[in-house]
Amino acid sequence: MLTKPKISAILLLIALIYLSLLLFLPAIAIFYEAFHQGINVFLTSIDQRNFWQATILTLIVTAITVPLNTIFGLCAAWVIGRNQFRGRTLLLSIIDLPFSISPVVAGLAIVLLYGKNGWLGGLLASLNIQILFATPAIVLATAFVTMPFVAREVIPVLEEIGEEQETAARTLGANDWQVFYRVTLPNIRWGLLYGILLTNARALGEFGAVAVVSGSIVGRTATLPIFVEQAYKNYQAEAAFGSAAILASIAALTLIFKEILEQKTRH
Amino acid sequence: MSITISQVSKKFGNFQALDNIDLDVQPGTLVALLGPSGSGKSTLLRTVAGLETPDQGRVRINNRDTTNLDIRKRNIGFVFQHYALFKHLTVRENISFGLDIRKKPRQVIKQRVKELLELIQLEGFGDRYPNQLSGGQRQRVALARALAVQPEVLLLDEPFGALDAKVRQELRDWLRRLHDEVHLTSIFVTHDREEAMAVADKIVVMNQGKIEQVGTPAEVYEHPANPFVMSFVGEVNVLLHTSPIFDHAHRANPATRFFVRPHDFEVFTTPQGDSVLAKVKRIIHLGWQVQLELTLGDRSSLIVHLNREEFVRLDLKTEQNVYLEPRQIKCFEQVKQDLFNSPADHHQLAS
Repeated sequence: MLTKPKISAILLLIALIYLSLLLFLPAIAIFYEAFHQGINVFLTSIDQRNFWQATILTLIVTAITVPLNTIFGLCAAWVIGRNQFRGRTLLLSIIDLPFSISPVVAGLAIVLLYGKNGWLGGLLASLNIQILFATPAIVLATAFVTMPFVAREVIPVLEEIGEEQETAARTLGANDWQVFYRVTLPNIRWGLLYGILLTNARALGEFGAVAVVSGSIVGRTATLPIFVEQAYKNYQAEAAFGSAAILASIAALTLIFKEILEQKTRH
Repeated sequence: MSITISQVSKKFGNFQALDNIDLDVQPGTLVALLGPSGSGKSTLLRTVAGLETPDQGRVRINNRDTTNLDIRKRNIGFVFQHYALFKHLTVRENISFGLDIRKKPRQVIKQRVKELLELIQLEGFGDRYPNQLSGGQRQRVALARALAVQPEVLLLDEPFGALDAKVRQELRDWLRRLHDEVHLTSIFVTHDREEAMAVADKIVVMNQGKIEQVGTPAEVYEHPANPFVMSFVGEVNVLLHTSPIFDHAHRANPATRFFVRPHDFEVFTTPQGDSVLAKVKRIIHLGWQVQLELTLGDRSSLIVHLNREEFVRLDLKTEQNVYLEPRQIKCFEQVKQDLFNSPADHHQLAS
C-alpha cells in the first residue's frame, strides 16, 4: 500500500528528475562548456568583433522594443481591463496572436511586407529606406513576438483591483494622469514589472523571427542568439558556449534584479 | 449646502434605474436613501456625485447646476461600501490624498490630517497600511479622506454594508454624532431600515426607480404612504379581507389588503370582546422580544411580537390557544391607495 507521504515523495522525485533533465543539467552544461578550460579561454573565445557587434545589436533592439511594448501593453491593458465593449474577447485573442503564431511565420510576414518584392518594398526602395536585413526589421520582428507579455500580465491585475480606488481618487479631485500615476500604477507595479521582465527576456533571446528577417549576417545583423547558432555551426564551440553562458547570465541577472526590487519596495 | 434633484431619469439598457426623480435635501440634514437592491438608490447617489450622468433632469448642489460638471469640480466627499482605500498608501497618505492633489502647503496638510485622525479616533494609526486595519477602522479612514477636502456634501454608498453587526452599530452611532457636530449635508444609501431610522433626519424610500415616500423616520413608520413603504420600513402581516380577524363588514371589498404590524396585536389567554381565536405554532426568542407564529381559524398564519415581560406574564406554550385583538390596522385599496391608520379607524372597522 502506498501511503500519502510515499506518494508525495514519488511525485516530488518525478518533478525533480523532469526539471533536472530539462532545466538544471542543460544550464550546468552550458556553463561547464564555457568555463571548463579556464576563464582565459572563455575570455579569448568571446573577445572578437563579431561577438561584440552581436551583443550591442541585441542590447539596442531590446532597448527599443521593451519600452515600446511596455507603453503599448499598458494602453491595451487599460482598454481591455477597464472597458466593456463588443469584440473585447476578440481583441484579447489578437493580442495573444504572437503567442500562437510561430516566430518564423511572423518573420516571413515581415519579409513579405517589406522585402524587395514585398507590398511596401518598392515604396521603401524609392525612398532609400532599408528595413529588411537591417536593424529596423529586427526591431519589428522582436516587437511582434514580445507584444503580449505586458498586456497579459497587467490585465488580470487591473481586473482584480477593480475601479473603486480610481473612482475614489477622482472624487478627491485627481485628474486622469494623477489617477494613473498615483493610484493605478502603484497597484499594478508588480504585474507590470513582471511583464517587462518577460518582454526583456524574450527580446534578448528571440531567434526564429529575427533569423528570417535579419539575414543572419554575422558581424552585421546577427543578434546574440544568432551569433551563438552561427558560431556553433562553424565549429567555434568555445565562442558558442561562451556567448550562450552570457545570454543565460543576463537572464539570471534580470531575475535577481527583480527580486531585489521586490524586497526593497515591499512593506 | 442644499441638493436639488429635479426630474432625473436614467436608463441602463432597458432597465429604468431612475424614473423622473424629484428630491430636495435641506442644508445640514442627513438623508437616507432606503430601498431594496435595484430600487435606484445607489444610482441616484452616484448621479449626485457625478459618477453617473442622468439621461434627463438636473442636479443642483448649493444652487449651482452640477448636472454636467466634472466630478473633480463638484466638491463632494464620497464614501464607498468597500472603503476603496488606496492600498499602497498609509492611513496618513490616504487622508492627505485630496489635499496633496490640491497642492496645499505641507504644514496645512499635516495639521488637517492630525485633526482628522483625532476625529476618527485613530491617532496612533497614521503610519499603518489599510490591510493592517479592521473593517470599521478602514471605513473611518475613508470618511476622514472624504472629509479632508472639506466637501460641500458628503455622499455615502452603503457605508456600513461590509461590516459585522456590532461594528456596524458603533459606526452608525458615531456617524450620527459626527453629523451633529459637523452639520455637513449628507446622503447615505442603505437597504437596512433600522440603519436608516437610527441615523437619518429624513428617509427617502425608493422602489423601482421611483420615490415612494419622503419623511422623518417616525412619519415613514407611522404613516406609510403605501403598502410598499409599510412593508419595507417594518415587519408586517398582510391579511386578506376574508381573514377571521375581520367581521363581515370587511369582506365586502376583495381589493382591500389589510396590514398589521406584528407588535400591534393584543394577546389574551381568554376570549375578550372582538378577539379572534388562534393557535401558537412556534415560539422564537429574539432577545428582548418574542416572536409567535400563530395559525388562525382559516389556517392562515400570522406573526405576532410580544415583549419579554408580556410573554412571561401570559406564560404561553406551543399548541396553546390564544385570543388576538389587533390594535392598529392599516388598509390599502389595491388600486386606490387609501390610508386608515388611526386607532379610531380600527374600531370602526372591527366593530
